This record gives sequence, C-alpha cells and structure tokens, in this order.
Amino acid sequence: MDTNSRKRELVKEFSPMLVKSSFLSSVWILTLIAIIAVGLYAFYLQLTQGHEITGMRDNVVWGVYIINFIFFVGLSYSGAFISGILHFFKTPWKNSVTRIVEIMTILSIIVGPIFILLCIGRLDRLYYLFLYPRIQSPITWDIIAIITDIFGCFLYLYLTFIPDFAILRDNTDLKLPNWRKKLYTFLAINYQDTESQRERLHKITSIMSKMIIAMAIVAYTVLAWIFSLTLQPGWNSTIFAPDFIFSGLYSGVGVIIIAMFIIRKYYKLEKYIIHSHFVMAGYVLLVLSLLFGYFTFSDYFAKWFSHKPADIYLLNTLFGHYFWQFILANYIGVIVPLFFLSIKKIRTIKSITFAALIAVCGLWLNRYLVVVPTLESPYIPIQDTRLEFMHYNATWIEWSLSFAGIAAFILFFLLIMRLVPVISMSEIIQHERHLETKQDASLKK
Amino acid sequence: MNNNDSEKRSTNRRKFLKLGLMSSVTALAGTSLISNFASQEEKKPSGEKIRLLTPDGKIVEVDATNINKYPEALITPEESRKGIPDRKFVMVIDLARCKNARKCVETCQKAHQLDYNQEFMKIQLLQDNENVSPHWFPKPCFHCDEPPCVTVCPTGATFKREDGIVLIDNQRCIGCKFCITSCPYSARIFNWGHNDKFENKEIPYSPETQIPAAEGTVMKCDFCPDMLRQGKLPHCAQSCPMGVIYFGDKNEDIVTNGEETVSFTELINNRGGYRYLEHLGTKPNVYYLPAVNRQFPLERGFDVDEDIIKRYDKVPYVKDLKAQGKI
Repeated sequence: MDTNSRKRELVKEFSPMLVKSSFLSSVWILTLIAIIAVGLYAFYLQLTQGHEITGMRDNVVWGVYIINFIFFVGLSYSGAFISGILHFFKTPWKNSVTRIVEIMTILSIIVGPIFILLCIGRLDRLYYLFLYPRIQSPITWDIIAIITDIFGCFLYLYLTFIPDFAILRDNTDLKLPNWRKKLYTFLAINYQDTESQRERLHKITSIMSKMIIAMAIVAYTVLAWIFSLTLQPGWNSTIFAPDFIFSGLYSGVGVIIIAMFIIRKYYKLEKYIIHSHFVMAGYVLLVLSLLFGYFTFSDYFAKWFSHKPADIYLLNTLFGHYFWQFILANYIGVIVPLFFLSIKKIRTIKSITFAALIAVCGLWLNRYLVVVPTLESPYIPIQDTRLEFMHYNATWIEWSLSFAGIAAFILFFLLIMRLVPVISMSEIIQHERHLETKQDASLKK
Repeated sequence: MNNNDSEKRSTNRRKFLKLGLMSSVTALAGTSLISNFASQEEKKPSGEKIRLLTPDGKIVEVDATNINKYPEALITPEESRKGIPDRKFVMVIDLARCKNARKCVETCQKAHQLDYNQEFMKIQLLQDNENVSPHWFPKPCFHCDEPPCVTVCPTGATFKREDGIVLIDNQRCIGCKFCITSCPYSARIFNWGHNDKFENKEIPYSPETQIPAAEGTVMKCDFCPDMLRQGKLPHCAQSCPMGVIYFGDKNEDIVTNGEETVSFTELINNRGGYRYLEHLGTKPNVYYLPAVNRQFPLERGFDVDEDIIKRYDKVPYVKDLKAQGKI
C-alpha cells in the first residue's frame, strides 16, 4: 500500500468539510453566535445587577447552572471513559467514532465549569480560591480534579490529533490560507510518521487513555461528593458517586449517538458511520438505561421503605409538586429508551437516535430533580411568604445562559471539525496497514 | 395587650442585666482584668464608686475607672478570628415561654441593619406530628462545634473561633453558597442584589457586626460578639419580653436571660434540655427546653402581621384553625 497516495486520497475525500463553507453552515454558525450573544448579554446583566435577577434564592441557592455543570462535566467524564475503553480494548470499529467522543470530552469539560462560575456571587474574588485555599473543602478537591482533568483531556486530544495535523501539513492539494498551513505545521510538532515516532506516539496515547479513565472517574466522583458529603436528606447518600458515574455515562452515550446521527447526515459519512455503529452504541445505551434505572430506583426505594421523616418529606415534594417531571425523568427517561433499544425489529438508526434523545433529556431532568427538590425540602421546613423563596423558577437569564452553553458546545464542535476531519485519517491508515500485514502473513502461510 | 407592661419590665431588666453581667465579667475574667489594668497606663481614681455583684453573692465596690470598658474599637477581620479568650458561649431557648412576640427578630434586624424579610433569628412554628400541639421555635445559628459550613468553605471565609462562635468574613467570601447548602438548619442567608446600605463607608467592616454587608456574600446570626465584648447580652436575648433566651458561658457554667442568672448544667438537666437534630452530629451550642407547662396559649402568637401568619399556612394546626375560621 502506498501510504502517501492513500493520505492524499483521504484528505481529498474529507476536504469538503475542511474548506468548503456552505450557505447552510454559515446560517448555523450565525444562529449559534446569536444565541451565545444573548447569553453574554444575560451574563452582563447578572454581573451588573447581581444574582437577584436569577431564580435562585436563600433555599434553592444553586439552580439550573449547577445542573448544567453536572450535566456537562458528566458528558466529559463519560467521553473520557468511553474513549479510554475503546483504545484500551483496541475495538476494531472504533475509528469512525473516537474523534467524536474525544471532541465531546474536551468541549464539555470547557463548557461545564463555566456554569459553576455563574453560580458564584463574587466572581471578582475568584482568585481567593488559590490565595486562601482550604484543602478539606470538597470544592477545593473539585477544582484540583477538574483542572487535572482539563489538562489530561487536552493532552490526550492533542496526541490523537498530531498524525492528522502532519497529514494536513504535508498535503499540497488543499487550498488553505497561509495561517492554517502555519498552524498545522506548528501543531504537528515535526511529526514525520516514521516507524519509531509512530510507536512512541502510540505508547503515549495508550498510557494517556488509561490515565484519563482514572482522572475522569475521580473528577466525577468528587463532583458527586459535593452533594453527598452534605447532611441534606436527598443528597447524603453513599450511592451518589456510583449513581453519578453511571448516569453520566448514560447521558454521554446518548449525546454521542445524537452527534453521530447529525454528523453522518450533515457530512454524508454513511460510508464511515454505519448502522452497526448505532447498534453497538445502542447496546451500550440499553445496558446503561438499565443501570441508571436500577440506581435511581434503589436510591428512592430505600428512602421510601425506611421512611425517615425528612426523606418522606422529600418524596412528597417529588411526587407532589414535581410529579410530571419525576415521571418524565425517571420513568419515561428509562422505559422509552429501553423499549426502542431492546426490540430488534424497531432498532433502526432513527429509533436509536430517538431513544438517545429521550435518554439525554430525561437525564438532564433527573439531575434537576436531584438538585432542586432537595434544596426546597430542608430539615427545618421553609416558612416563608415569598413565592420565589419557596419554589425555584429559573428566569430567562438562566435559560439563555444555558442555551448559550449548548450553542457554544455545538459551535466549537463545528469549528474543530473544520480544523481536522471528524474521522481520524491516521487511524484509518493504521487500520488498513494492520489488515495488510495480517493478509501478508496469511498469504505467506 | 400587655405590651407596655412587658416593655417596662424589659427596661428594668436591662438595668439589672448590666449589673449581673458585669459581675460575671469581673468574677470570671478577674485575673485577666487585673492584667489588663497592669498593662494600661496608670489611671487616676475618679472617686466614683460602682458596686458589683460577684457570682458567690458578695457585693464589692470598685472605682469607676477600674472597670475595663471593653474596647468599642473596631475588631478587624483578622482579630475577629481569635475569639474572646477563655469563653465558650452557649444559648438556651426556653420554648415554654415563647409566644412569638418577634422582639428578638426585630431588634436583631435593627442591630444588623437587615431588611424586613432578612432574618438571622427565624421563628418557626413546628408541629412534629398531627397529634401533638405545635410550638414556637426561635431558631438562631446553632454555632455548632462540628460546623458543616466551616468544613466545606473553600477559602476559610467562615470560621470557628475559640469561644465557640462561628463567623463569616464577608471580605473573604466568594459567594459559592456551599455553606448554605451544607447547613442542615437553614441558618444562612445570601445577599442576592445591590443595596445602598452596602456602600456605607462610615462604619468600618467587622465580621463581629457584619456591617456593612456586601453583595454576593453570605450572612447569618453571629451571637453578637460586639455586645459580648462589652459585657452585654446578644440583642435577641436582651429584647425578649418573656425571657425566653438564656445566654452565657459554658466554662463558667452560667447563663442568664437578664432576669435570672442560673447554672447552665442545672437548667439543662432539670428542665430536659436538648439540642435540635442531635442525630446529625453537628454538636450545636444552642439548647432548647421543651415546651411543657407553657405560659401562654399558642394562639397568642398569632397576634402578628398578616403576612407573618401566612408563613405558617402549611402547619396542620394552622390549617385546622383556618378551617374553623379562628384566624
């Protein structure tokens, strides 16, 4: 096999997504920028007028922001976990999926922590966290864990990008502006795809793939501890950390399936992202929906069966004021994906994507129900006349910033896909090379 | 009602109280006082004599200049972390006497420059189940010995002092609100928006008074250390017309509500004192005496503003009263 001509072929194949900007994609990017702009305006208002303009008050002091924080960090953690596992087991069909997973991992660990910053009353004093750190605070643990995770994910993502940067640098067919060529040259750090370089890179990547699994689990566990180490009735539970781990995976696999569906359709990658990818991911989602349902059930069941007054008060809130949300999050969010994924006849790409969409929405709502109702039902009952102090209702400020977060996630996704092909070219070549040596070996026999 | 009456009594009591507390100050911290005198410049005796009562019942006469007026000077955030030496402050709340007069809430709000709805001291109406009678439950910060709020603070803005008081330094607070979620007693409040009073630069800030407050930071009941330094009771204990709130020093084993000064251990042991939600292991420094042999019928507590009565709408007893048209 002539590697160089194969490289050229692949670049040619993927060149539309690297250079061409269609009308549709410009509209998309403009829309996303508009959403982010509204979010930035909302942020400006919050900064100048104070947190008073959010729905948060003395009882529910953390609202939609922290839910988005958990959600995005969960995506990142599960992305790191899945991509690590794919590398670790050298999964044969992984080539078309890994990059989507890796991009999701890095983007959500950037977007997520922004939401926690929005919760903070005095952003101007943020550096106090480093000026007067106190190691026994779970927040300090979380900061250490997340910063380590961000670095780890960045490094890992970059390592997997290097061979593709080198391919793009060496390619002369693509008509790229000068700054992009320079950028590729810089980012490829003189990688020449020699045997020894390849081996070294492979070694580092495989070490990093294991490390980021550990880092992601630690980071997400610490995040779960922020809640479960308090004394609050709904939070103080030993099941919280493992529950976060599995529910994070549930949402992560869901988002990966949705991303696969959109990217496949938009960039016409039917050749690379095939039906069996969806089925495989569907299986994983099926198992995770069962695990998620199981963890959620055993948490609430133990509370209901032992019926301590504070727990019962919480359950009454959940089944009273939050009845429909509870049904949507914890029944529909489990049963519908379960139904679509377990019956073979209806397991099409569309139905699997639909199941993933339900799973992701259900899980976000589940996180909402973990955070808000607990804060609304403290040990000492809330006796207040101000409605906004009794029940949390997010304001447009919080919603627009939430949507801005999602928009930023998608926008950065689009931009990264503009920089490097969403299907890893070097991995395709690596895979083909591997097949060839296998064939040679069998021929020689 | 007998509001005037009780007001009169409370002023009388305040005079008494000053004497009582001064006595305890002299007796307990006697040695420290003497050392204070020694360190200070020599004072000329004014000739004015003041009589003080020692805890063992003796009346002593001292010169007015010899009484250490605790510095009304500013206690800086740095100093406020140390606490008042050799003290271990404790509060006992006698639920049998509370009639929701809300004087504790109001004076506290005035002293700490709080808004109408901002309360360091909250008065809850608690009814443990349908069969038992509800009772009024004044709830300050419990100044726990194992304070969850202090453990979780990432910058050390909230701290536990040697004298048992938990304070907040709002110049250190970043407003992450983790302490609010970790407090099982909902004792903490947050400054959600701007307020002109935050800009008041006339008074220098001290965590002991929490004035001026700052936007985006947390506040809570502080046991009024500024008053304690002057040998006075916290505002809530001073203002209660019923003498519900006893305050004192555990080291000295003495608590007073202004009217009577009693032994802390005796009061707790004889009256069945308990700490609220003991099972959480936070070890509060606020004790409650159960609402037995009550001095007032519960209904007396409904003699307050309409919107305050509305707070208690969800209590089964209040629901019944409303159904019967009694309130």
